[in-house]
Amino acid sequence: MEAIKQTLKDLLEPLLGQLGFDVTWALITIFALLLPLLGCVAYMTYFERKVIGAIQLRVGPNRVGPLGLLQPIADALKLLFKEVIIPSGANKALFILGPILAIAPSLAAWAVIPVGEGMAVANINAGLLFVVAIISIEVYGVIIAGWASNSKYAFLGAMRATAQMVSYEISLGFALICVLLISSSLNLTDIVMQQGTGRFADMGIGFLSWNWLPLLPMFVIYFISGIAETNRAPFDVVEGESEIVAGHMVEYSGMAFALFFLAEYANMILVSVMTTILFLGGWLSPVGFLPDGFHWLALKTAFFLFVFLWVRATFPRFRYDHVMRLGWKVFVPITLVWVVVVAVWMMTPWSIWPIKG
Amino acid sequence: MEFSAFVFYFFATVLILAGLGVITARNPVYAALFLVLAFFSAGGIWLLLSAEFLAIVLVMVYVGAVMVLFLFVVMMLDIDFASLREGFWKYLPVGAVVGALIAIEMGLVLTKGFAGKPMPAAAATITSQTTPIKCETNICELGRVLYTDYVYPFELAALLLLVAMIAAVTLTLRRRSGAYAEKYISPEAQIAARPEDRMMLVKMASEKEAPEEPVAPAGAEGQ
Repeated sequence: MEAIKQTLKDLLEPLLGQLGFDVTWALITIFALLLPLLGCVAYMTYFERKVIGAIQLRVGPNRVGPLGLLQPIADALKLLFKEVIIPSGANKALFILGPILAIAPSLAAWAVIPVGEGMAVANINAGLLFVVAIISIEVYGVIIAGWASNSKYAFLGAMRATAQMVSYEISLGFALICVLLISSSLNLTDIVMQQGTGRFADMGIGFLSWNWLPLLPMFVIYFISGIAETNRAPFDVVEGESEIVAGHMVEYSGMAFALFFLAEYANMILVSVMTTILFLGGWLSPVGFLPDGFHWLALKTAFFLFVFLWVRATFPRFRYDHVMRLGWKVFVPITLVWVVVVAVWMMTPWSIWPIKG
Repeated sequence: MEFSAFVFYFFATVLILAGLGVITARNPVYAALFLVLAFFSAGGIWLLLSAEFLAIVLVMVYVGAVMVLFLFVVMMLDIDFASLREGFWKYLPVGAVVGALIAIEMGLVLTKGFAGKPMPAAAATITSQTTPIKCETNICELGRVLYTDYVYPFELAALLLLVAMIAAVTLTLRRRSGAYAEKYISPEAQIAARPEDRMMLVKMASEKEAPEEPVAPAGAEGQ
C-alpha cells in the first residue's frame, strides 16, 4: 500500500502538485474500496436468495445466466429503468433526499474500515467513534422518507424505525466501550493489532486471544444489536410487510427504492465487518502457521453475513413491544454491568490486558 | 489562500446560512434539518482545530440523538405554527436586546481570549499537574484531564444527568387503568409463560373398547 502510494507520488506529484496528488490518491482509494463493496452488495442479494432458498428446500434464482449468477445485474437494470413516482401529496425535495440520506452514511462509514494492516481510506485516531457517529445518523434517511411520503404506513414505519434504531444504538455503544477499554485505542487498526498479542497468540493459537473470548456476552449482544440496527429479520418491524406493508419504503419505486435496498445490504456488510474487526481479530490468522491477510477478513465477514441470512430464515418476527423490551430491559442493563466488570477487571492484578499510555 | 482557510470559510458560510435557515424556514421540519446541517458544519470547523473527539461527539449526540427526537416531536405533534409566529413585532425589541448582548459577550470572549493565539497542534499538550501519562491523541489527552484534574466536576455533571434522566422517566411513567389494565399483558409475563402453565397433557386409558378390526369379506375388493 505504502509502496504503491510512493510510486504514484513520484509519478504524479510533478504533474499535479501536493494538493492535486492528495486529492487523486484519496479518489483512487475511495474507488478501490467502494466499487468492490457495491459489487458485494449486489451479490449479497443473490447470496441471500440462494441461502434462504436452500434452507427452505427451494432452488432460488437459476434462470438468468449460469446458476442465476446474472440475476443481481438483471434486477439492477430493471430498477434503473423503472419510473420514480413521486406521490402527489409528498414533499418533493425531502422525498428525494430520503434515499440519499439512507445510502450516504452506510457508504461513508467505510472510510475508516481497515481491510488489512494500514489499508484504510482514512486511518484516523477516532475511527471507532466515527463509525458510531455515522451509524447514528443513518436513521435520518428512514425518518425523512417516512415523513415526506405523506402516507400513514410510511410514517408509522419511520416512527418504529427511529425508536428501534435509537434504542439499539445504546447497547451497541456500550459493547464498543468494552472493546475500546481493553484495547486502549479508538483506532480500528490498533484494535485489531492488539488482538494479535497475548499469551495464546504467542503459543500460536491466536484465535483464543481475540476479543470474543473475554468479551463473549458483548460479542453476542453486539451482533444481535447490529441485526436490530440494520432492521433485518427478526427485528424487521420497520418494514413488517404483513403489518405496515413496507414501512418507509412503501411509496418509493425504481432507483429511489433500490437505494434503500442498497443501504440495507451495505449496512449488513458493515456490521459484519465491524464484528470481525472488533471481536474476531480482523485480518489476523487464527493459527500461527498460516499468514495473516485480507482473505481472513473476507472469510470471517462472509460467515457473519451467512448468520444474518440464517437468522432471517429461522426466527419469526418479534412483536414491537418485545423488541423494545429486549433492547432496554435486557441488553442495556447487561452491557452497562459488563462495562463496569471489564473496567474493574483491568484494574486488578488478574488483568490480561496491558494498560497503555 | 491556504487550503485549510478555504475549508474554514466553506464550513463557516454553510454554518451561517444553515443558521439563518433555522429561523426563517416556514416548515418546522425544514428548520430542524437546517439545524442538523448547522451541527455538521460546526463539527467540520472543530475538526479543523484538531478537536476530532469533540467534533465526532457533536455529530453523535446532537445529530444522532437530540435532533432525531426534535424531528419526532415536530413531525408527530400538531403544532399551530401560525399562532406561534404571531406578535413578531411585539417581541422584536426584547429579542434584539438579548441578541445584541449575546453578540457583545461572544465578541469579548473571542477578541480578548483567543485573538493572536496560534492554532493548536495536532496533539495538543495539555499540562496535567497530577499524572505523568504521555498522550499522543486528542482523546487520550481529554480523557486524562477529565479523569484526573477535573474528576469531581466531571462526576458531578454525570450525576446531574442521571438525576435528570430518572426524573424524565418518572414523569412519563404511567400505570394502565380501566379496561386497558385488564387486557394488557406485559411482555415479561408473556415470555415467562410456559406450555405447562397453559396446558395439561393427561395420559389415560381409553374409555371405550376399541372395535374389532373389521375383517374385509373375501372377494369384496375390486367391486
